[in-house]
Amino acid sequence: MDTKSIPLHPSEVTPKDQYLSRRDFLKQAGIVTAGAALLAACGTSADETPVTPVPQNLSADQETSSLFKELTAEESILSYNNYYEFSTDKERVAKLSKDFQSSPWTIEVGGLVNNPQNFSIEEILGNFSIEERIYRMRCVEAWSMVIPWNGFPLAELLKAVDPTPDAKFVRFETLADPDQMPGLSNGLYPWPYQEGLRLDEALNDLTILSTGLYGETLASQNGAPIRLVVPWKYGFKSIKSIVKIELTAEQPSTFWEDIAPKEYGFYANVNPEIDHPRWSQASERRIGELQRRDTLPFNGYAEEVAHLYEGMDPATLY
Amino acid sequence: MKKLKPLSILVHVGSLLPLAKLIFDFLTNNFSPNPIQDLEQQTGFAAITLLILSLAITPLRTLFNWRAPAKYRRVLGLYAFLYATLHVTVYFAIDYAFDFSLLFEATLEKRYTLIGTISYLLLIPLAITSYKWGMKKIGKNWKKLHKTVYLIAPMLILHFAWARKGDIFSLQGDVLQPLIYGVLVILFLVVRIPVIRRKLISLRK
Repeated sequence: MDTKSIPLHPSEVTPKDQYLSRRDFLKQAGIVTAGAALLAACGTSADETPVTPVPQNLSADQETSSLFKELTAEESILSYNNYYEFSTDKERVAKLSKDFQSSPWTIEVGGLVNNPQNFSIEEILGNFSIEERIYRMRCVEAWSMVIPWNGFPLAELLKAVDPTPDAKFVRFETLADPDQMPGLSNGLYPWPYQEGLRLDEALNDLTILSTGLYGETLASQNGAPIRLVVPWKYGFKSIKSIVKIELTAEQPSTFWEDIAPKEYGFYANVNPEIDHPRWSQASERRIGELQRRDTLPFNGYAEEVAHLYEGMDPATLY
Repeated sequence: MKKLKPLSILVHVGSLLPLAKLIFDFLTNNFSPNPIQDLEQQTGFAAITLLILSLAITPLRTLFNWRAPAKYRRVLGLYAFLYATLHVTVYFAIDYAFDFSLLFEATLEKRYTLIGTISYLLLIPLAITSYKWGMKKIGKNWKKLHKTVYLIAPMLILHFAWARKGDIFSLQGDVLQPLIYGVLVILFLVVRIPVIRRKLISLRK
């Protein structure tokens, strides 16, 4: 089967209410028949449909259901992208990445692990059960979205490679293929894009590797075929199109920290109290809304992650 | 009726084009998912572009003895002011909806918005005194007053650069456009330094 990422045509974009009713239906119908129902709802035949990870266990806690009503339109998520490997113009990314080859794809997982492995994207989709996570996404540029991701906890992948006791950090790297990514010719950036997490952050249940959103295979502009999602940190931490994951003893350097260390730190936790040196982080514009919203500490996930930073100077956590 | 000159048409049509695009985008719902930011960025970009073009006119005369554009300096400056006014209005009235609890911090405590706000305030007297009655009113101080644009232009370059993700002084990140504009402003100002100006004119002759 051809698993190359298939660009979504605007007419294929899921309207929010349709997605919501489809999701309610999925919940009632159960998981087994969900795949078929999804195809029927899309009105596409099976052979045209990309490998779609169907959400396996739909979480239904309070938090998720309230965020549910705030979901950002899929069309916005697909057309407003920061992905500098293609373009610094958010609206050009989708067009420039439409022929991006996200298959075949291999992720090399190594470094300080007992069981280094190369995973093909098919192995990833086969080995890990994909679930739905609805998260806020807060960009450092002070806009935000609410995105229904499909993915699985990064912790599960890390378990599979068995980090050694020396492993303290996880380093991630994006593909850097100048033939496919015109933005790489811009020498003002320290390519390839790289990111990092402390091991306990990486193992937190909120941290996922995503392979889709809105029940569809991840589009190129959203980081196909697999990306990180760390919802309590600014969006730039959620690295796209990952080709390499490495366990390290030392804190890895990260793309934006290399560019401006005083402005984009390693931790980059969403914090309305700590401004970017050049602009306020106290409020944000939710895409699709006219009025600004107050930005929440840890992007609203303080309960789940604040304990990770106990005893640390908050001023160092930007 | 005066005959329309091609250069005049070019200046007016070119200056109104960004506004036409905004209106077109508004009517056809062609903005990005973040339309308020589109409005801010496009009006800001038009304002700074036109202001830099107004600064290019004296160098054109110095370097090529091309005098025809001289009478469009004021027009370009005023169009720049029009877009700057739209830019500032969108920021205060729409983006922040006059929410002063947020605006105080966002505008006065941040160098990029602070320098932008000061630049706009400095542009106001220039716009007001750009026509004959204004020139008459302040007499010989007019030239002095309008030379503040040599300060405003570099300030706007900083405003432009500081709004981007990157560091213009270490040439890292999303700084290419402000960098190009910055180089142009420096060139256009350097050409005005009397010693250099005289040298350039003598080279031409």
